[in-house]
Amino acid sequence: MLLQRKPELTYADVTPKELYFNRRKFLQAMGIAGVAAFAGKNLLELASPSRGVYAAAKFSGLVKSPFSTAEKPNTLEDVTHYNNFYEFGVDKSAPAKNAQKFRTSPWTVSVEGEVKTKRKFSMDEILKLAPLEERIYRHRCVEGWSIVVPWIGFSLSVIANLVQPTDKAKFVAFESLYDPGQMPEARYGGIDFPYVEGLRLDEAMNPLTLLCVGMYGDSLPNQDGAPVRMVIPWKYGFKSIKSIVKIRFVTKEPPTTWNLANSHEYGFYSNVNPNVDHPRWSQAKERRLGEIFKRNTLMFNGYQDQVASLYTGMDLKKYY
Amino acid sequence: MRSVPTLLSNKWTKVPIFILCLVPFGLLVWRSLTGNLGPNQVETLQHTTGDWTLRFLVITLCITPLRKLLKLPELIRFRRMIGLFAFFYACLHFLTYLGPDQSFDLAAMWKDVAKRPFITVGFTAFILLIPLALTSTAGWIRRLGGRRWQMLHRLIYISVICGVIHYYWLVKSAVLRPLTYGAIVTVLLLWRLGDWLIRRGRAVTAASKTQSASANT
Repeated sequence: MLLQRKPELTYADVTPKELYFNRRKFLQAMGIAGVAAFAGKNLLELASPSRGVYAAAKFSGLVKSPFSTAEKPNTLEDVTHYNNFYEFGVDKSAPAKNAQKFRTSPWTVSVEGEVKTKRKFSMDEILKLAPLEERIYRHRCVEGWSIVVPWIGFSLSVIANLVQPTDKAKFVAFESLYDPGQMPEARYGGIDFPYVEGLRLDEAMNPLTLLCVGMYGDSLPNQDGAPVRMVIPWKYGFKSIKSIVKIRFVTKEPPTTWNLANSHEYGFYSNVNPNVDHPRWSQAKERRLGEIFKRNTLMFNGYQDQVASLYTGMDLKKYY
Repeated sequence: MRSVPTLLSNKWTKVPIFILCLVPFGLLVWRSLTGNLGPNQVETLQHTTGDWTLRFLVITLCITPLRKLLKLPELIRFRRMIGLFAFFYACLHFLTYLGPDQSFDLAAMWKDVAKRPFITVGFTAFILLIPLALTSTAGWIRRLGGRRWQMLHRLIYISVICGVIHYYWLVKSAVLRPLTYGAIVTVLLLWRLGDWLIRRGRAVTAASKTQSASANT
C-alpha cells in the first residue's frame, strides 16, 4: 500500500453520508464518458475490495472491543444492499427499498418472563445502559456468504443483569416487530411472523452476544434491523434477530422461526460449523462479499476460543 | 394480418431476434464492467444466467403451441436459435458454478454433483441440453432422420423439468417464482399431451374408418 491509513481515522473522516448514499446518482451523472475509467477501477476492486468507505458520527467515543477482528470490514454499500429481512421482501435488494419508511421511533423493548424485575426500555434508555462498544465481527449467513461488520452495542448480559433472571430461566426468547401495514411484502416470505428467535441462557450471557444499536459509527439503517437487533457472531445470521420488541426469559427452549419453517434444515443452535452441512448445500466454504472465490468457513465462525466450551460433550451433528 | 407471416418468413427477421436474445448477456457484461452487479457479484451472475436459461427454455417450448394456436407455422424458423440461446445461457450458468464456486476443480465439482441433489438435478438439466445443441444442425436432422431426431429432442422436456426442480430446491422459503416456472412448464407440457391425444384419437378414428370401409367392400 502506498498510503498508510492513520489508525485514529474514524468512519466520519471519510465520505459524508449524504454523498455516500447518493453515490449511484453521482455515478449515473458521470455518464458514459466516465465508464472506461471506472471499469478499470472496478476490476481493481474485484481484486482487492476497498475498505468500508463511510461515514457518520452519531456515536463518538466508542469503546474498542478486544473481540473485534482485524479483518477488513465490508463496505456500507454491501451491508445495506444485501439483506435477508423477509418482512421487507425476499430479494436481498428489497429491504433497502421497502424499509425506507419503516417507523423505528418511538420504540420500546419489553423485557419480561422469568425475571425479578420486568422492564420496558425506550431506545433512549437502552443507549444509556452501558458504554457503547464498536465490535468488528465476522457474520456468516447459512446461505454460504459472509461479511465483516463494525457493529455498535454492548453485551446482552447488561440487560440480563438489570432484570435479574430467576433460577427458572433457562432460555431467552426474542421477538421482532411485525406490522403488516408497514410490511406488506412479508406475506410472500413463506415463513411465519412475527419473527422469533432464541438462545440458551448461557449463550445469551456470553460476552460475545451483542445487543446491537448501530454500525459504521451510526445508528442501524432500517434494512439492517433498526433500531435494535441481536448479533451472535458464532451462529448463522438468521439467529441474529432484527428490530426486536420483546426479550423474554423462559424455562423451555423457545420456538424459532426458521426451525418452525423447516426443522430438518434449521436447528435451534445453528452454530456456524464447516463440518455439518446444510441438507442441500455444503457449509465448508463461504463467499465473502466482494470476493470471487470461496474461502474456508471456520468452526464457530472463528470464535471457538470464546464459545466452544458452551458445547462440550454435545453432538453438534445432532444439535445442528 | 397477412403481413405477419410475411415478416416472420423474411430472412432478415432473425437478425433483430438474435440481437434481442443477446441483450441479457450484454447487460451482464455492462454491469460487470461498471461495477453494478451488487454486493454479491458472483451470485448475481449465477442467478441471472440461471433465470435466462429457464426463460429461453420456456420460450423454446412455447414455439410449437403458438405455431398451432396462432396458425403461424413460420415461427418454427426461430426455434433452433432460441433453443441454442437457452444452451448458451446454460453454459454461462455452468461456468459461474465451475469457476467461482469450484475453482475450476473438476474433481471437487464431481463430488459436489454427486452429493447435492440440487446440483445433481441442475447438472442433469445442463448435460441433457448438450446432445440437443450438437444435433441442432440440418445435417444432423438428416443423419438421424426426422422421427429419431424429434425423439431425441424431447429431452428438452426432462431438462426443463430438472431446471425447475433445481430452482425450487435452491430457494429457502420463497417458492413463488420457482412454482411460477413450474406452472408454466406444466401447462406447456400438458398442451403437448392434449395435442398428442387428440391427434392419436383422430388417427385411430381414421384407421377404423378405413378398416370398416375396406370391410364393406
